Amino acid sequence: MTPRQRRWIFLIAGAGLAAFYLWGLSGLPGFGHYPGPYGPAILRIAVAQTNATGVVSAINFDYRGFDTVGEEFILFVAAMGVATVLRPLRGERERPALDEAADRDAPPTSSAVRMVALLFTGPVVLAGWWLASHAQTNPSGGFQGGILLATAFILIYLSGEFLVFERFSPADLTDVAEAVGAGGFVAIGLAAIAMNLPYLDNYLPLGTIPGAVSSSGTIALISFFVGIEVAAAFTAIVGELLDQTLLRSA
Amino acid sequence: MGIFPFLVVAWVVVAGLYGVVTSRDLIHQIVCLIVVQSSTYVLLLGVGYVTGGAAPYFFDIPLHTKAVDPVVQALALTDVVVEAAVTALLLSFAIQAQKRFGTLDPTELAPFKG
Amino acid sequence: MSTLAVHTPYTVPVGMMDALQVTLLVLVAAGATAVVLIRAPVRQVLMLSTYGVLLAVLFLAFQAPDVTLSELTVGAVVLPVVILLTLAKVRKPEQ
Repeated sequence: MTPRQRRWIFLIAGAGLAAFYLWGLSGLPGFGHYPGPYGPAILRIAVAQTNATGVVSAINFDYRGFDTVGEEFILFVAAMGVATVLRPLRGERERPALDEAADRDAPPTSSAVRMVALLFTGPVVLAGWWLASHAQTNPSGGFQGGILLATAFILIYLSGEFLVFERFSPADLTDVAEAVGAGGFVAIGLAAIAMNLPYLDNYLPLGTIPGAVSSSGTIALISFFVGIEVAAAFTAIVGELLDQTLLRSA
Repeated sequence: MGIFPFLVVAWVVVAGLYGVVTSRDLIHQIVCLIVVQSSTYVLLLGVGYVTGGAAPYFFDIPLHTKAVDPVVQALALTDVVVEAAVTALLLSFAIQAQKRFGTLDPTELAPFKG
Repeated sequence: MSTLAVHTPYTVPVGMMDALQVTLLVLVAAGATAVVLIRAPVRQVLMLSTYGVLLAVLFLAFQAPDVTLSELTVGAVVLPVVILLTLAKVRKPEQ
C-alpha cells in the first residue's frame, strides 16, 4: 500500500470517526452546564468531612484513593519496564563515561546554562518539597511535587556532567526510594485494614483548622509518599536513558 | 460556546491519528500519540466546567462558592503524570527496535512489512 | 472558612472568560496541527514543549490549577528531555 493510498484511506476513515465522535459529544449537556450529581455533592461535604480545603487532593487520596493506587502502580511498572527493556543485552559492552566529543568540535555547554541551572536547583527542590507536602491546602499534591523534584535532578545534569548526576542519584538509591514510596502508600491502606476499617480509610486525626498543614489525616501522608515515588521513578527513567546514550555500545 | 471545545477535541484526535498513520519515523509517531492523549485531558476538563465557577479550592474563598467539578480534575491530574512514564517506556522500545532492525521506519520493521 | 488565609474576591466577567477560553482553544488546535505536521525530530520536540505550555494555560482558564502545574512540568520539561535523550541515542553512529 503506497503512502498516498494510506493517506486517502485515513482521510475517509478519519472523517467517519469525527462524525461519530461529534454525534456522541452533541448528546452532552453543552459546555458549562455540568448537571451531574457527583461533583456538587462532593463539593458540599468534602471540607467538612476531611478538613482539607484542597478538594481535588481529597478526592485523589481519600474518596478515590483506590484509583490513585492503580495509577501509581502504572507509573511504577513503567519505570521498571524502562529499566528492563534497556538492560545490557548480550554483545553489548559497557564502556567508561569518557568524553564523547573529544574528536569533534562540538561547543561545550555554555556557562550561562550551567550557572542558571545551578542557581535554580535549590529553589526547585524547595518548591517540589512544598508542593508534595501541602496537598490538602492548595493546588498542590504528590504528583506535581514529585515531578518538580525529578526536574531538580535534570537541572543537576544540565549544570554538570553525567558523572555528577550519577553521584547524586545512584541507581540503588532511586530504586529504594521508589519502592518506599509505592510500598508506603499501600502500607497506609493496609494499616486501615489492620484496624478493622475499610482499605484506605482516613483514620489519622483530622486536625482542627481546615487547610492547616497538619490536618486531613492520611491525605497529607499519602501525598508525601506519592511525591517520593514519582520523583524517584522519573529520576530512574532519565538515568536509564542517560546510561544508554553514554555508556553502552554494541 | 455550546459545543466548540468538543469540536477542538475531535480535531486534535483526528490530527494526532493522521500523524500516527502517515508517519515514517517511530519517534514522530510517539509524539503524535502524546498529542492524541492530550485531547482527552481537554475533553475531561471541558465536561466538568461550570459557567462562572471558581477553582475547587476553598482556602481563600467562602465555602459554598459555585465551583467547577473536582472529580474530573483529579482524573486528569494523575493521567498527565502517568502519560509521561508510559511515553518513556514506548521510547525505550523505539531504542531497542533501532538496535535490532537498524531502522526507525515503521514500514520497514521486519514483522510489519506490507 | 479557613482562618489562615487572606480572602481574595472572585469576580471576573463571564464574557471575558469565554473569550479567553475560545482564543486558547483555537491556539491549542493550531498547536496540535503544527506538532503533527513537523517531521524534523528536534523541531517537533520544541513545538511539543510550546504546545505543553499552551495546554497548561488552557487548563488554567478552565479553573484547574493543579492540572496546570502537572502539565507545565511534564509537557515543557520532562517529556522533551526524555525524547531528546532518545534522539541522541538513536542518531549516534554506532562504533
